[in-house]
Amino acid sequence: MKLRPATILPLALFAVMGGVLVIGLNHDPHVMPSTLLGAPLPAFDLPALDEAQPKIKSASMKGGFTLLNVWGSWCVSCRYEHPLLMSLSKDKRFKLVGIDWRDTKAHADDYLLTNGNPYAAIGTDQGGRTVIDLGVSGAPETFVVDNAGTVRLRVPGPLTPEIWAKDVEPLLKDQGPAS
Amino acid sequence: MSRIIFAIMLMLFSVGVAHAVLPSEMLTNPVQEARARAISSNLRCLVCQNQTIDDSSADLARDLRLIVRERIVAGDSDAQVMEYVVARYGNYVLLKPPFQMDTALLWLLPFAALILALAVTYATLRGRVVTDDADEPNDILKGD
Repeated sequence: MKLRPATILPLALFAVMGGVLVIGLNHDPHVMPSTLLGAPLPAFDLPALDEAQPKIKSASMKGGFTLLNVWGSWCVSCRYEHPLLMSLSKDKRFKLVGIDWRDTKAHADDYLLTNGNPYAAIGTDQGGRTVIDLGVSGAPETFVVDNAGTVRLRVPGPLTPEIWAKDVEPLLKDQGPAS
Repeated sequence: MSRIIFAIMLMLFSVGVAHAVLPSEMLTNPVQEARARAISSNLRCLVCQNQTIDDSSADLARDLRLIVRERIVAGDSDAQVMEYVVARYGNYVLLKPPFQMDTALLWLLPFAALILALAVTYATLRGRVVTDDADEPNDILKGD
């Protein structure tokens, strides 16, 4: 049988469409690429949740890995993520820093008292300016910042043990030779 | 009766487009406010996806509206305000994506499809005329 263009064309079009649809199925439109990957952490200077503590500055996040976690007492997925953060707070390879977003001190304190406080330090962003500078669209969101102050990873949504093992753990393994 | 119809018509047509901008957010300078509205209606609300920040009452959209106005008051051009937001959230926030390498397919595919369709139509019609002529020369034309 001789293959004529009229025979091949519909098949070829079907293959192309199928390919596009398969990509579409595996692509979550809610996950946006971060503009910060590989870029220095934007400068910020936030008051600490506990006024007695020093301010939380982006400049102080050099010389070691930092996990920067944007959360709020109003955020439901943060509660889901919280037990993992609690277990991570014992990890000595990085510092876990929280940014409490659009929250009141009373609510945040209550949340931490009930669920435990995994953070080495917490800054508050009431106006949401720093959170917008970070390109955050919803809480929770976590950034892995390396010892040079460069953003290495952004995890939108709650951290899970799976994401941790697949994406974060390899970065922390690099930490030795890189520093 | 006509009064009732008039009242119903009035109700139907008085529904305007809902905007989320609150009076307290507005700039006092009407020219600047108009620019802010134009910019806002081209920026996607990141929480609601299919609304502009001008339409959305989400907190994040409100924060972005305020930032747009702040940049305008600070003397930024419209393009600079857009750049400010894109630097943080990427091209994703633009409701009209810019023409560049990774969006070339998006912009050019409709034209490619049109050209392909025209080519196929032309080839098909041309082929038909030739076979018609070969089968029964001039018969159809004579009949008319």
